[in-house]
Amino acid sequence: MNKTIRKIAVAAGFAAAVVLPLSGMAAEVPVSSAEVTGSTPAQLKVSNANVFNRLLKKEKDPNAAPWEDGIHDPENEATHALQPPKVAYEGWPRTPFGNHVDWVKALNDGLINPRYDRVDPTVEPLVMDLDIVRPVRASVPDVVFPHKPHTQWLHCSNCHPKIFIPQKGANQINMSAILLGKKCGVCHGKVAFPITTKSCKKCHSKPKPADWKPPLSEASVKNPWR
Amino acid sequence: MRNVTTRLTTWWRAAALALVASVFWGVSMQPAQAEYGDVIINNYSDAAGMRPAVFPHWYHRIRFRCKVCHADLGFKFKAGGNKITMAKIIDGKFCGACHNGEIAWSVENCGLCHSGKPGMPTQIHGSTVQRLVAPTYKPADKK
Ligand code: HEC
Ligand code: HEC
Ligand code: HEC
Repeated sequence: MNKTIRKIAVAAGFAAAVVLPLSGMAAEVPVSSAEVTGSTPAQLKVSNANVFNRLLKKEKDPNAAPWEDGIHDPENEATHALQPPKVAYEGWPRTPFGNHVDWVKALNDGLINPRYDRVDPTVEPLVMDLDIVRPVRASVPDVVFPHKPHTQWLHCSNCHPKIFIPQKGANQINMSAILLGKKCGVCHGKVAFPITTKSCKKCHSKPKPADWKPPLSEASVKNPWR
Repeated sequence: MRNVTTRLTTWWRAAALALVASVFWGVSMQPAQAEYGDVIINNYSDAAGMRPAVFPHWYHRIRFRCKVCHADLGFKFKAGGNKITMAKIIDGKFCGACHNGEIAWSVENCGLCHSGKPGMPTQIHGSTVQRLVAPTYKPADKK
């Protein structure tokens, strides 16, 4: 009898030791884990181990007001005079990443009309509608680089020739460079929409041709026993 | 039997303590959730006894296209890479090209820009590089 209870106690202790650091990790925000998993009726008093955030979801307020966003100093009086992003984004098309708004759509829908010139609001941008398709050897959809949204926001000289030589296929681009802030990553991942598992398709937008097959790896091509 | 029960409650007390501790740890580890693209510029501010400046990209791109600052005004695509000083701003360079009381409010509103938590390093908040490679920012209140 005594032994069984001791065993149970040890097991419980072990479970606590394993689960607690995990729940600590998951509870990065002051939200109860029941709220995050959304699966536990509030009236039940279940032990915390059972409402453990099993999907490791990070519940966070993506458009926090300046005084609660963690980088502005709430003790600074003027911080409270700054506009909260949510007020500005009211009614805009949303995305699940970055600023959580679709800037390209907001612009095309006429919800915003940012100036292209510092002083003259009538200057029109020099928009060029030229798509550059970049076939990718990996089995992800091919990349389409659209000049149109870029030239609506930027000037040719922002990219050419410092970031990209203006010639189709003349630039070596890969995901490592982008993730480290080079090539497309000069902007994407900092201010333009970021690289997340939810945004791959924005760039990788052209399905592979129907007859496309993944290239065989050299090891299997050279294998004499195939 | 009594002995075992006490031991059991001690276990649970310890477990509860650990739980409370982990929750507090979780709270104190709360990541900043500022707007994507906010730039903290702290080349010289801290040393001069000012809060770091915070530049909100989202606010500016509602009003101006990227081209105005990055092509016309010469802002490089690099957080902290422009070596902005108050002297240059008052001279009408960088931020001062607009924050002159004509296009936008002028430099006497110190606290609107110098609004960052003291001690934060120069960075683009929430960047992919920051998320994947090196978390540069630890809350200043967690020394
Ligand atoms: C956001 C960055 C960016 C901007 C801004 C931009 N381009 Fe490009 N441009 C590219 C990329 C990327 C390529 C593809 C290069 C490659 O495939 O290696 C390209 C390719 C080109 C090409 C080569 C097309 C071909 O078929 O060989 C020309 C010409 C060009 N751009 C002109 C312009 C002009 C003119 C503007 C301004 C109206 C402009 N670009 C603005 C990124 C940009
Ligand atoms: C900002 C645009 C952009 C986003 C977002 C993006 N990619 Fe890419 N990706 C590219 C470009 C450009 C290339 C290079 C294509 C080429 O070979 O010319 C590339 C190449 C690749 C390759 C081929 C291997 C390599 O490194 O070159 C893979 C695999 C890949 N991407 C996967 C992904 C996945 C998965 C995601 C989402 C997490 C993603 N990409 C998001 C632009 C993007
Ligand atoms: C100089 C900065 C810059 C560079 C470099 C750049 N982009 Fe962009 N890109 C932007 C901006 C700004 C937008 C507007 C949308 C936003 O801010 O999220 C945009 C939008 C896009 C869109 C349109 C998304 C939509 O909603 O229609 C695609 C696709 C895209 N970029 C792909 C690329 C790829 C691929 C590369 C690299 C070959 C690249 N970009 C390089 C700044 C850049």
